[in-house]
Amino acid sequence: MNNVVSSGTMGSPAAELADPRLLAALHRDMLRFARLQLRDQAMAEDAVQEAIEAALVGVARYAGDAALKTWVFGILRNKIVDILRRGAKTVSLSSVLGDEEGEDPDAALDALFRTNGHWQATSRPAAWAAPEQSFENKQFWVVFEACLDHLPENVARVFMMREMLGLDTAEICSEVGITTNNCHVILHRARTGLRGCLESNWFVKGECRTC
Amino acid sequence: MLSCKDATRMCSEALDRPLGLRERLTLRMHLMMCSGCTNYHEQMVWLRRISSTYAGGAFADPTAPDKSDTATKPPPPADET
Repeated sequence: MNNVVSSGTMGSPAAELADPRLLAALHRDMLRFARLQLRDQAMAEDAVQEAIEAALVGVARYAGDAALKTWVFGILRNKIVDILRRGAKTVSLSSVLGDEEGEDPDAALDALFRTNGHWQATSRPAAWAAPEQSFENKQFWVVFEACLDHLPENVARVFMMREMLGLDTAEICSEVGITTNNCHVILHRARTGLRGCLESNWFVKGECRTC
Repeated sequence: MLSCKDATRMCSEALDRPLGLRERLTLRMHLMMCSGCTNYHEQMVWLRRISSTYAGGAFADPTAPDKSDTATKPPPPADET
């Protein structure tokens, strides 16, 4: 742990957690995140409740230089991983492979490429200008959530286990009951879908494409 | 030569497992000649940063007063559980 207490402008971490207005806002954000990961209101509420309790117990020892919110979200992510491990096998193989809607799960991906496997002119990735500047923009996160939401549910779920909960592919495979190859296929699909969605709804929105 | 579809798959897999020497060389050759896949490749790294920033709670609730500076650093591992 860090030896410097960074209280910033908000007072001590303990005081932040004790402020009902801040706690309510934190709770709302946590619940939104947990619901997205777990796809289950009751489980999400449990995870958030447990995380907040752990934070309240641990806050006296917390002296990190990261924002309180980042720290609390770290606890929440661990709780979510615990729940996924405990409950496991909640995602069925067939739904992960994406055939529940009766459509070819690879159709969206294939549509980006010509038959020879090269980019269609309209889908060739364009350069993104200064992506880090978007991080401070509230509207960017709204678009990002909408793009996540736009992915097939279980594709999004595997993506989030990998990129937000930090599980490795071997663990995801065993939790979800798919092969390593399927895991790579799903992650490729998820990343390509998200990339395209962010590009057309945020980074290159309405601009002339010069590729 | 590697198709763009295969190249993007390799860019994605590079985030999940170390690519072999042969894969790295084939991919690098392709990227030298293909601006679309070069953009894709860079954006995979951005996508990872965006996701971990999001997972660190940096997305802003419109009513939340907390304007944290966590956007550019990855969240620290939490060891409280």
